[in-house]
Amino acid sequence: MFLAQSSPYLKPGLSVSKMMLVVTLLMIPGILTATYIFGYGVLVNIFLAIIFALSFEAIILYLRKRPVKVYLNDKSALLTAVIIGVALPPLAPWWLTFIGVFFAIVIAKQLYGGLGYNTFNPAMVAYAILLVSFPAEMTTYWQTSTMLANQFDGQTLSFIETINFQIFGQLPVGMTIDALTSATPLDIVRTSVLNGSATIDEIHAQGKTFGMLGGLGSEWVNLAFLAGGLFMMRKGLISWHIPISLLATLGFLSLLFGSFELDSNPSPLFHLFSGATMLGAFFIATDPVTASTTPKGRIIYGMGIGALIYIIRTWGGYPDAIAFAVLLMNMCAPLLDYYTQPRVYGHKADERDDEDYS
Amino acid sequence: MSQSLSTSVAQKLKEKVRHLWSFPGGIHLSGKKSLSNHQPITTAQTPKQLIIPLSQHIGQPADPIVKVGDKVLKGQVIGYASGSVSAPVHASCSGTVTAIEERLIPHPSGLSALCVVIDTDGYDQWIKCSPLIGDSSDSDDTLYQTISDLSSHQISDQIANAGIVGLGGALYPAAAKLRTAERMQTDTLIINAAECEPYITCDDILIQRRPEEVILGILLMKKVVGAKKCLIGIEDNKPEAYKALLNSLRGYNNTHTEAQIEVIQVPTRYPAGGEKQLIQMLTGREVPTQGLPMNIGIICHNVTTAVAVYHAVYRGEPLISRIVTITGGAVKQPQNMEVPLGTPIRDILNQAGLNKDKVEKIIMGGPMMGFALPSIDTPVTKATNCILVSEKGELATPPPAMPCIRCARCSDVCPMSLLPQQMYWYAKARDLEKVQDYNIFDCIECGCCSYACPSNIPLVQYYRYAKTEIWDDERERNKSNIARDRHEFRKERLEKAKAAKAEAARLRKEKLAKKKALDAEKAKQEKEKSSTPSDETKAVASSSADLIQEAIARSKAKKAQQQSQKKNTDNLTEAQQKKIDEINERRRNRSSSEKTEE
Repeated sequence: MFLAQSSPYLKPGLSVSKMMLVVTLLMIPGILTATYIFGYGVLVNIFLAIIFALSFEAIILYLRKRPVKVYLNDKSALLTAVIIGVALPPLAPWWLTFIGVFFAIVIAKQLYGGLGYNTFNPAMVAYAILLVSFPAEMTTYWQTSTMLANQFDGQTLSFIETINFQIFGQLPVGMTIDALTSATPLDIVRTSVLNGSATIDEIHAQGKTFGMLGGLGSEWVNLAFLAGGLFMMRKGLISWHIPISLLATLGFLSLLFGSFELDSNPSPLFHLFSGATMLGAFFIATDPVTASTTPKGRIIYGMGIGALIYIIRTWGGYPDAIAFAVLLMNMCAPLLDYYTQPRVYGHKADERDDEDYS
Repeated sequence: MSQSLSTSVAQKLKEKVRHLWSFPGGIHLSGKKSLSNHQPITTAQTPKQLIIPLSQHIGQPADPIVKVGDKVLKGQVIGYASGSVSAPVHASCSGTVTAIEERLIPHPSGLSALCVVIDTDGYDQWIKCSPLIGDSSDSDDTLYQTISDLSSHQISDQIANAGIVGLGGALYPAAAKLRTAERMQTDTLIINAAECEPYITCDDILIQRRPEEVILGILLMKKVVGAKKCLIGIEDNKPEAYKALLNSLRGYNNTHTEAQIEVIQVPTRYPAGGEKQLIQMLTGREVPTQGLPMNIGIICHNVTTAVAVYHAVYRGEPLISRIVTITGGAVKQPQNMEVPLGTPIRDILNQAGLNKDKVEKIIMGGPMMGFALPSIDTPVTKATNCILVSEKGELATPPPAMPCIRCARCSDVCPMSLLPQQMYWYAKARDLEKVQDYNIFDCIECGCCSYACPSNIPLVQYYRYAKTEIWDDERERNKSNIARDRHEFRKERLEKAKAAKAEAARLRKEKLAKKKALDAEKAKQEKEKSSTPSDETKAVASSSADLIQEAIARSKAKKAQQQSQKKNTDNLTEAQQKKIDEINERRRNRSSSEKTEE
């Protein structure tokens, strides 16, 4: 078929599909580390999420009479699924993943018009809805393998046992549900400080919450995601604006407030290397569809997320805040884009006066 | 020897000190220039037939001044410039005019335009050329010896008569541009030798082989404009051309040209050769939006134009040929060829050799801003800098566009700092006002955004569409404005005519009345004589009063009738009548209830 094509006739082999795939692949270090720390549940989550996501996407595309194969191949559903899989508690029951992915793909993405048209980050919509609807399930299944091993003479959950628990709800012989539940370091710190039950130093002394940099265990996951993120930045897959401004703001605020009240505020490093900070900064906040697009806008967007993370973690009602921070800033993105337009070549700095250039 | 050494050191120092600015965005492309930038310039064979379009420039097409059957010589004018922005067209070989008709021209629209078709005679016989400057050995005393002997007007007239237009692609008549620059007291002449598009090497090779002509051409242009300094911008992927320019500039040492002409290497980044980008890099200044470089004291010309100016002044030759890069994977011997204007592209492709089964696309210009030729039987024109014949896989056939994911790669690479994505949304929605709010007319259509788009959206195509739609709308608006003005004018004219008629009637009446009065006077005198009064005048007066009364009565009656008669109330169905009654009832009730409330 003859295609009327006008210049440019040069195209690099870049495509949305490739971009999404590379970003997904660059999450692997983080995923492997998380698996090492939290057990096979992470992989089960991701596997389930991918299956659910692709099925939902295919069904909705079919219902919307879109070419299913073409749009499935953009791999955006894959990336969303992997992010949801990593973000959920490692021992989350299967239906949590199912509901989350349903909201992400069907409601937040396809009902808004599919890839490129969604206002809110699908994975974060899923996370927020799950956190609000099932707070217990979302905050308690964060047991690390090491902790589990400490309780059961070095025994951890095998792959089969993990599947049995997550999908069929069967506990391994001799284990109680309590053994598998644990709060995240961020949650522990927040509740202790809010209740006034323990100071930071006291929590530190217990040796169960803090690692070398951030939260015990999650610091390694954060480091792995940081590595993947820096590689993306180097390869030009994401621009520096959002991650750097996000991390800088989060670090600055925790330093600022931390220096007032050392007893109740953990160090900046704890904030940077706990929870989903690095995953959020490099893989979630940088979602192109829902972020701001101008250089200045991206910096403000990142700063906004960083500030909201600190505010919600410290004074809010939830242990981690990436989802809410990202969703709140998603709302601001169109406004940011509008008010941070770069000065066009040949135009004066303050374009709005409408004066002629002379 | 020592002197040249010291100047070369000085030049080196200047290079080091020279501050270059930068432009935002841009992309790095693989140049593919080595395909064609080392072979010597070849000369095209005289074609059997020339097809010379009368419009090879911006502005009014030239008026043909030859007839079918006329014999023409090489360099003879066949079309006169018509209007201030126009350029003459010359025969590029000697021969016979066989037709003056519409022929397909190399234009993205695929449209035809008026062309002079010449069957060549193979003698290539020149018309007598009249250069302005000759060698000292020349016996002709009317010739001047140096550029400084010439006046600005002499040179610009020569340039205008030679039919020289901006050969970098703008095709604006060069003399008109230079004269405007002179009037606006432009102080900087920038010569664009960046040639940033991949594949194209015609400027590169021209500088490499004929640097003296380049320099002399520049000096001539500088003289016309009265510019104080001249900057030559050249991308750093053309080291041979750069060296050639430096060397030949050294030759003009004694006339202080080196102090006035500076060759500056700019980093290779597309679109460094865009006029606005080059100006920004060399001077740090920006051409105001919708303005000209002259608004900031700069005039920009292409290096090929400079050589054409040299030919016009030193040899008296009009612009009848140009160097064309013939390149691409399907060309057997990629090369730069000096081609008489009007030569069918098919001829030069045959001379360069084509791998016929490899050919995929044939593009005029570069791969970033060129266009696919409607046919290879179209002629080489003043605009033809490159013919790119690609083989399969060399140029992209983009997959179908995917939805925009707002990744902003387009705005990251835009050299004008526009927001291509927003322009795309609004162009797609045909929101022409919004798209102008996002400054679509500052877009230079360089194609960086389309190149960078991971969704393969043909962004530039959308902008071209929006621009033409806006122009179209404007034309329509102008048309309707003109129509309205005409209508107003006609109305006014009719009213005036009516008034004049009425005035004439009044005058006639007055005259008549006067005459009547006179007659009456006469009659009176007569009557006095006969002593019998006449009722004639009285009757006239009373009858006019009656008429007025009658008219008033008529209009009153009409009014009364109109008031009493409601429209659409006859032939009501029962249901409608019932409804009306109900409504009236409700109204009455409401007004009464309101009253009671009060």
